[in-house]
Amino acid sequence: MTTAVPKPLALVAELTHRCPLHCVYCSNPLELQARSNELSTEVWSRVFREAAEAGVLQTDFTGGEPLARPDLLDLVRNARSAGLYVSLITSGLPMDEAKLASLVEAGLDHFQLSFQGARDDTASEVSGTRSHAQKLRVLDWLKRYRIGLTLNFVIHRRNLAELEEMLAIVEASGAGCVEFASVQYYGWGFANREQLMPTREQLDRSLEILKRAEQRLRGKTRLLFVVPDYYAKFPKPCVGGWGRKLIVVTPSGEALPCHAAQIIPGMKFENVNQRSLREIWENSEAFQKFRGEDWMQEPCKNCDRRAQDFGGCRCQAFLLAGAAAATDPVCSLSPLRPKVDAILASSNIAPAHVGAGLVHPEPSRRTPPATEPLTKPAWLYRPNAT
Amino acid sequence: MIPDLQSHPRLAPGCRLNEKTQQPRTLLMPERALRLNGPSLEIVSRCDGQHTVQQIVDELQKIYSKAQPQKVEQDILGYLTLLHDQRALDFTPEAAP
Repeated sequence: MTTAVPKPLALVAELTHRCPLHCVYCSNPLELQARSNELSTEVWSRVFREAAEAGVLQTDFTGGEPLARPDLLDLVRNARSAGLYVSLITSGLPMDEAKLASLVEAGLDHFQLSFQGARDDTASEVSGTRSHAQKLRVLDWLKRYRIGLTLNFVIHRRNLAELEEMLAIVEASGAGCVEFASVQYYGWGFANREQLMPTREQLDRSLEILKRAEQRLRGKTRLLFVVPDYYAKFPKPCVGGWGRKLIVVTPSGEALPCHAAQIIPGMKFENVNQRSLREIWENSEAFQKFRGEDWMQEPCKNCDRRAQDFGGCRCQAFLLAGAAAATDPVCSLSPLRPKVDAILASSNIAPAHVGAGLVHPEPSRRTPPATEPLTKPAWLYRPNAT
Repeated sequence: MIPDLQSHPRLAPGCRLNEKTQQPRTLLMPERALRLNGPSLEIVSRCDGQHTVQQIVDELQKIYSKAQPQKVEQDILGYLTLLHDQRALDFTPEAAP
């Protein structure tokens, strides 16, 4: 080994792929794991202890929808007693007040509630489920508890016009943190990319709104914005660098260096049923594959930014360049950047629905219709795992 | 923002220290963690909603009696402001129940 292996800091526990929502950008793989393949309470609890022993500080319970696990309270208790800080990343359904009370009682540290829009009809279209009113109810219940709260709005072409309304929900909630996370184009998001990619105008307008909101919310709510990286000049430091901070464990126990890693062909992942988390982290082929800098190609290999962004995202490199070790093509230094620019160009000329109320700074430009398009977009929805 | 010396700093919801048995001591926050060294641990462990800012200053000036008292106070106020802006800390006029 040429580089010392750093300690992992976070464990993303994908407890299940089951979910009452079917969001069109779901980060789960196109092939979902069935309930019968899910890890048991006992195995998860061992994974939490092994994670804490390996240096992990925090675990994010996610899915699918973690609330679909009947043993969720035991999992929260066992992760806490292993010494981990526990976050629940949830759609807020199915849930009632009693369930929320018992989660807080079990030691849940932080509640992250996802939103698909600021309006019921938008949220329903995106998630294929009526869930928005329930989320607002959950926000009301949460006011009775002293628990960390983050709201997460996944933003894209179809809901960016609602940004001010989203901020109103945030301000009424008293949340300590809000994330406006642009859709990431993997899996279901990649399949629906054309319908989801924001326009340049939407992006510029959103940045102005968010800048003002950041000032207004200072000292009350921390505001985070995840840029749509196709529009960025440099790539994101995906998962804080491959095998540097994060371990994802899938519902069936595969340990991954990032959520989407299974799309890269030829990778072999190990399962927590067969080996300890520490062994997998330190020695497995998958975690070693893009750790450090030896794997890098030009222009990353000699780039001044290589320790900042680690060459970007391996999965995106595979999806856009066809090679996982290539420079992430969203990087302006990548020889394949013109391909990303072409994708953006087509998103910016398509006669797209960009939502009502959007200001178009160039009056001479042909403005897109401010009403619903005549035809519904042909979404590809994820099915529910069984 | 300069913290009021009579206010009671308290870790914000979702923020807590890891257990005493866990090393290094760390302030855990939503999606983040902050390693604490000697003085920062002394400060954060007193952000319990019971101590006032003034009491924290007094106690740390005793612990770090070799340092200039003025400097200790400035450092504490700066650190509390930073934690507040990071949403790790609230200041309340009354002691927490």
